Amino acid sequence: MNFPILSTLIFLPLVSSFFILLSKDKTKNVSSISISLFSSVATFFLSLFLWYSLDINTSEFQFVEEKSWINNYIKFKLGVDGISILFIVLTTFITPICIISCINSVKVRVKEFLIAILILETFMIGVFCSLDLVIFYLFFEAGLIPMFLIIGVWGGPKRVYSAFKFFLFTLLGSVLMLVAIIVIYWITGTTDITQIYEIQIPKEYQNILWLAFLSSFAVKMPMWPVHTWLPDAHVEAPTAGSVILAAILLKMAGYGFLRFSIPMFPIASEYFTPLIYTLSIIAIIYTSLVALMQDDMKKLIAYSSVAHMGYVTLGIFTLTKQGIEGSIYQMISHGLISAALFLCVGVVYDRLHSRMISTYGGLVNYIPKYSFLFLIFALAALGLPGTSGFLGEFLVLAGTFQKSFLAAMLATFGVVLGAAYMLWLTKRVIFGVTNNSEIKKINDINKSEVVMLVTLAFFILFFGFYPLPLMETFNVSVNSLINNYETALITN
Amino acid sequence: MINNLYIMFPEIFLSLSIFFILMLGVFIKKSFNLIFNLTSLIIIITISIILTNPNNEERIFLESFIRDPFSNYFKILILLSTLFVLNSSKNFIIDNKLDKFEYPVIILLSILGMFFMVSSNDLILFYLGLELQSLSLYILASIDRDNLRSTESGVKYFVLSALSSGLLLYGCSLLYGFTGSTNFELIADQLNKDNTGAVFAMVFILVGLAFKVSAVPFHMWTPDVYEGAPTSITSFFAVVPKVAGLALLIKFMFVPFSNILLEWQTIIIFISIASMILGAIAAMIQKNFKRLLAYSSIGHIGYALAGVATGAITGYKSAIVYISIYVIMNIGAFSCLYLLKKDGQYKENISDLSGISKKNPLIAISLLIILFSLAGVPPLGGFFAKFYVFVAVLEKEMYALAIIGLITTVMSAFYYLKIIKTIYFDDSIITFEPTKNRTAQFSVIASCTILITFFLYPSILNNLVNTLFVS
Repeated sequence: MNFPILSTLIFLPLVSSFFILLSKDKTKNVSSISISLFSSVATFFLSLFLWYSLDINTSEFQFVEEKSWINNYIKFKLGVDGISILFIVLTTFITPICIISCINSVKVRVKEFLIAILILETFMIGVFCSLDLVIFYLFFEAGLIPMFLIIGVWGGPKRVYSAFKFFLFTLLGSVLMLVAIIVIYWITGTTDITQIYEIQIPKEYQNILWLAFLSSFAVKMPMWPVHTWLPDAHVEAPTAGSVILAAILLKMAGYGFLRFSIPMFPIASEYFTPLIYTLSIIAIIYTSLVALMQDDMKKLIAYSSVAHMGYVTLGIFTLTKQGIEGSIYQMISHGLISAALFLCVGVVYDRLHSRMISTYGGLVNYIPKYSFLFLIFALAALGLPGTSGFLGEFLVLAGTFQKSFLAAMLATFGVVLGAAYMLWLTKRVIFGVTNNSEIKKINDINKSEVVMLVTLAFFILFFGFYPLPLMETFNVSVNSLINNYETALITN
Repeated sequence: MINNLYIMFPEIFLSLSIFFILMLGVFIKKSFNLIFNLTSLIIIITISIILTNPNNEERIFLESFIRDPFSNYFKILILLSTLFVLNSSKNFIIDNKLDKFEYPVIILLSILGMFFMVSSNDLILFYLGLELQSLSLYILASIDRDNLRSTESGVKYFVLSALSSGLLLYGCSLLYGFTGSTNFELIADQLNKDNTGAVFAMVFILVGLAFKVSAVPFHMWTPDVYEGAPTSITSFFAVVPKVAGLALLIKFMFVPFSNILLEWQTIIIFISIASMILGAIAAMIQKNFKRLLAYSSIGHIGYALAGVATGAITGYKSAIVYISIYVIMNIGAFSCLYLLKKDGQYKENISDLSGISKKNPLIAISLLIILFSLAGVPPLGGFFAKFYVFVAVLEKEMYALAIIGLITTVMSAFYYLKIIKTIYFDDSIITFEPTKNRTAQFSVIASCTILITFFLYPSILNNLVNTLFVS
């Protein structure tokens, strides 16, 4: 296949953002919205085509593109395998939904907003496609610029603080990764990860390099105790920003563990497993408890994201087939569910301009369609069987039980807490007594909101009942990941 | 000897044309425009002379003057940046009544001094070039002579710089005393670690050079001079002398002091770390954009020196790439200042930028690109500059230097973000006049385009710089 399909996928949103820049419309931004919607949907179909034509029976990287880049020794190398394709599809699926959501929620500087979202999409797809550490770093960091602007320009009252915290936390985490990348380059003579997989990085370097990568991924994930930027960023970001942040940006770190940390540093990954277990368990239990006490809906969902990401890290570092598969599944499903929940908050926020739980109550009596969808998403978030949320958590716990009974016990306790805060939130917002007279005048969801939420609900239920399409895609890649890890451990 | 005078043809052409336009200026009244345009023409012709002449290494005047790819690269960089700095600031010069015909002439004279600096292979020629450059810069700093701040900055610069020149000269004479020669290569042969006196001399020379590139702890003059001098002069100060100073530092490490590299390296590592840290911290509290750029330039020199501190050719190359990208970014940043005009006044406080993204979206987006690039965020040009430096630093396993450098990157990101915050997140206060300053706009657009598209072919500068160290 000579056609550079991955480059097209990456740069399509970027090119269309130029068209938006050039487009001139004074009223209602119709042409900007339609260009961005069209291009993002086209990107989505292109990524679906990519998924369809991907050979899932091999763990090799496919659609590989290679161009000489820096002085012939660092190559611009792209490629996908069964794991990354799902994240790419998730990205291209969430972006059009974000664009639809700004029709209702973004009122000022719509054009710039759409450009920022599309540029961000380019960088996000780039992260999941890159097969070279430097390229990965480039895309990973570049995403900070549009996200910083999205939070800062279109955010809430404390947006400046949140945007700064987001930017500086992530940047500080990542610079150590940059040092590690350059050190790897000097050790192995390449930054091409397919070659690094074959060269064993010497034992004495592995631990320190692994920690340098962790510093970046832990902030991005976010893991306890460096998660504090996330609630701030989520609360202040506009709806579309929160959706992208929760659905995709957080997944970069999980993907980073799978793509870089484990295959490149197998010995260190095994050595630091207890550390990750501890941090994950603290994240699951502590942030669930914190989520219980929130009175701001977005903050509650943000803390629940931290807890869900705790399952992801736990699952990845069980280094069992169930654990890793569960983590990937959890990441995809959390991408859908958290996106849906943030959109739901956005819907009521657009109407009453409040995120406080106390403002609402008894919504089911006035906006039944909304309430029904909200209920589905809340139940999915707490992992009800039949929704995609259940399967991920179940597999993670199944994997954990093989390795550490204690960790699994504590994580299971977290599931109960998760049910507690989600159900309590639903009770207070959807059911309960209406104290606020404005709620009586509230409109039910309009057409564009129905499109977004119903699509998400459909996929959440679909993957809850029929996980096979996802499972089949990453099965072989995960197997080879674990095989390589185990052979690496045996040879040392 | 006379028949190989062609080696210094660019210098000869430059000197003759300087005398010519000086005479023109004396005899023709209101000749600023003419002289200004002639200056641009002279610069372009000099560039083409350098480009068309052979590039191989040749020496003249008892090997005291050397023309090689290294010096040519720096000469072209100096000329190009002067061309952009001058032309983008033309409107500013006229609006602020600085349009005296001496202005461009003195700038050309300082360039001539820099030419001799980067081409020197001898202590005497080096010192003469340096003084010619410095004397021109003193006058430039105080060119707005009725303005208290400008005069003050001129005097301040003069006093401090004279002190550093004195130290430098003292170092040069010590070096001559201990090695018996002023020629760089002969000095290199004579020097070794046991020659304690020569190590002293090296320290004095380093102090002088560090002063010229405004590295900590010899940076004191920078913020005051940057703030006090007219913006058009500041932009020249921020860009061109830095290039020449860095070229000399590299040259000194590469040729005369190559045998006592270790002693020299320790000092540069210290200077580099100090500059990075001070640049990052002191800039955070600045309210004046020019003053902020002064501290930011101190920080940037710190990163370039980190490349020099490796003492390896890859390190020198990375420093040259760094300074080249630094030049592009600073020309862009200063050109933005020329576009911020209100009631005939050019605004230079950061708070004046408040909310310009609503009324002047193009200036805002350009500043956004330039500032993120200065902060070193990928995929912009500034990231690659830092990347190459850290690659070189880590090759030498100088982990502490690299990690300190990267942490100060994050710290400095904070103040760049503060400006972006002012531009994008705050409400607009001032509506700037729509400017017709095409040259400044062109500089801004050129700078932004290079910074954005740099990632497409990031080794373009490396390939150029690789040819400088063939010998």
